[in-house]
Amino acid sequence: MATETTTPKPALRVPVVNYSTRVDKVGWQPQAANVTRAIIAVIIALVMLIPVVWMGMTAFKPLRDAVTVPPKVFFTPSMEGFVNLFTQRRQVSDAEVEALRQRTDLGFADQVALAQQQVIIGQSEFTRQIINSLIIAGTSTVISVVFAVLAAYAFSRFDIPGKDDLLFFILSQRMLPAVVVTIPIFLMYRQLGLYDTHLGMILLYTSFNLSFAVWLLKGFIDEIPKEYEEAALVDGYTRLQAFRKVVLPQSITGIAATTVFSLIFSWNEYAFALILTSDRAKTAPPSIPLILGSGGIEWSTIAAASLLFLIPVVIVTFVLRKHLLRGVTFGAIRKG
Amino acid sequence: MATIELKQVEKKFGESFAVKPLDMTINSGEFIVLLGPSGCGKTTTLRMISGLEAVTSGSILFDGKDVTWLHPSARDIAFVFQFFALYSHLSARENIAFPLQAQSVGRDEIKKRVKEVAQMLKIEHVLDARPGSLSGGDQQRVALARALVRRPAAFLMDEPLGALDAEFRESMRAEIKRLHIDQNATSVYVTHDQVEAMAMGDRIVVMSNAEVQQAATPTEVYNNPANLFVARFIGSPGMNLLGGTYADGVVRLPGDNRYTVPESWRGALGSSLPADGRVVVGFRPESVSVHAAGEIHSTTFANDLHGGYTMLHLQLDRDHIVHVRAGREMRHQINDTVHFDIKPDSVRFFHPETEKALQNGRG
Repeated sequence: MATETTTPKPALRVPVVNYSTRVDKVGWQPQAANVTRAIIAVIIALVMLIPVVWMGMTAFKPLRDAVTVPPKVFFTPSMEGFVNLFTQRRQVSDAEVEALRQRTDLGFADQVALAQQQVIIGQSEFTRQIINSLIIAGTSTVISVVFAVLAAYAFSRFDIPGKDDLLFFILSQRMLPAVVVTIPIFLMYRQLGLYDTHLGMILLYTSFNLSFAVWLLKGFIDEIPKEYEEAALVDGYTRLQAFRKVVLPQSITGIAATTVFSLIFSWNEYAFALILTSDRAKTAPPSIPLILGSGGIEWSTIAAASLLFLIPVVIVTFVLRKHLLRGVTFGAIRKG
Repeated sequence: MATIELKQVEKKFGESFAVKPLDMTINSGEFIVLLGPSGCGKTTTLRMISGLEAVTSGSILFDGKDVTWLHPSARDIAFVFQFFALYSHLSARENIAFPLQAQSVGRDEIKKRVKEVAQMLKIEHVLDARPGSLSGGDQQRVALARALVRRPAAFLMDEPLGALDAEFRESMRAEIKRLHIDQNATSVYVTHDQVEAMAMGDRIVVMSNAEVQQAATPTEVYNNPANLFVARFIGSPGMNLLGGTYADGVVRLPGDNRYTVPESWRGALGSSLPADGRVVVGFRPESVSVHAAGEIHSTTFANDLHGGYTMLHLQLDRDHIVHVRAGREMRHQINDTVHFDIKPDSVRFFHPETEKALQNGRG
């Protein structure tokens, strides 16, 4: 037999297509449908965003503009709301205003106050309330998520005696409307010395969040195939190492979602914060509507407070958005 | 490499047996296949060997050392899962290195061994990819690499090819077999595919109903099935099994057929059958010679050409069809009468009640 000379096969020519050739994506009809859909989505988004935009605008309006009828859409931005939010001020006479005008050492905030015929006499409570909110909501969220991950893992993987009853018991924590239990909890807290303390609020929000978080995370952990950990176990890892190295990274989506939900709940909570705190541990939500200036309700100040109040949750959600959007996709285990 | 011994190992879920008390010795370097239909206890047995499942009673020994209650991580085994169980948050390289990190092997050593094993499995080019973006075959290679990289005392594989496409399965089967030969590692392989079992196993353990039906070499399991279950389960199609009655050296078969029992079997049939002489005659499709002077007559029900051979489906009577493998030139019209003989050295007999194979003392 003659020696065969192998000529290299010419590479298969595959035409490069940079656009979709799917039937439902070409032609004017599907495109028109897409455009229509986009327009509708934008309109819905705008309608939804109007309150937020309005709040943002009000925050930068001077008080006069905030309460005029009809409402002003175009206005000269002013920091009045923000300055008033963070300061306590005193009304001053025209003579004093004149005297102060001459001084050159006035800061920006002082000048804004002066424009309203006021002088700043101290800081307001708001900074402390925001810090309280951060401490209480942050801590209770962290505690809720940490405990919930552990509990959800145990419920998902082990044969716990009375598991179904326990799970129902945990869920039942959320069955009573909060309002029903405010008075008993108020009395309990007063007796226990938890009234108006950070610890009390953290405990309360944790107990509310935990039941929900356990259930949410259990769903996510159930989705992680058992083989993942088993592979780690036979590879020489202990159960705890397997949990840390395999289960945690795989359940990051669930953890992110639970974190956001828990944070939103404890950050926004109003009724309990109103009743169970008075001064030291007062959080932002019950304080914002109570901001009263000398001349009635200061809408700009309230709007400024609300705007600032939005920011932390927005930041956290933004940071975690990748994990939230990723969804529960597990690459390597093929089902069926 | 380890010798694995199972002594009266059993597993109960509630009151029902997942595995009935089982004795088995897996020799060092042996490739054992646990074969059986789903739910027969083969995977449970494997998981008990691995330590992922606790035994209800009995003991498991590795090289004479009792490991029954040892944590899986302390047994020095590798487990390959059906769905690979690769970590999607790690690259292929990190997946392979994962078991070594548990043993706190040095970084350079890890690098070296990952490279070695990747070369062996020809997956160097996918090491930096995430498992999700790999083909099924490459995912399985990565899973195998993760098992191999540790050089464990034993490999346990739970249907590792079950999730692959048919075309991959064939070539991966050969790869795994070759790996076993090169590594000479004690391997326990679970499958429900008898072709896979025949092709790969040094020994096959056929399981059904939580019990071992037969444990023997592939040849033995194929030629001398221990009972009707094994006879039916092994081979595609399985052994032809015909019920009949034996008297005076002749078995009366369905369709008014008479089959003259070979001399060597008459003693065994005479002594071990029930009083009414009921017996099950078994023969492989290829243990048949079709010719005009054949003793058994039948009509052609169907015939299909399988390329290299023709599979004849012959009808003895309405309810009894036997499968016969014949030469590719052998084509019959439907309803043709066909005569055939069973090759005398390949015929097997089974007790109709115990379902066990009869022995004629010659093996």
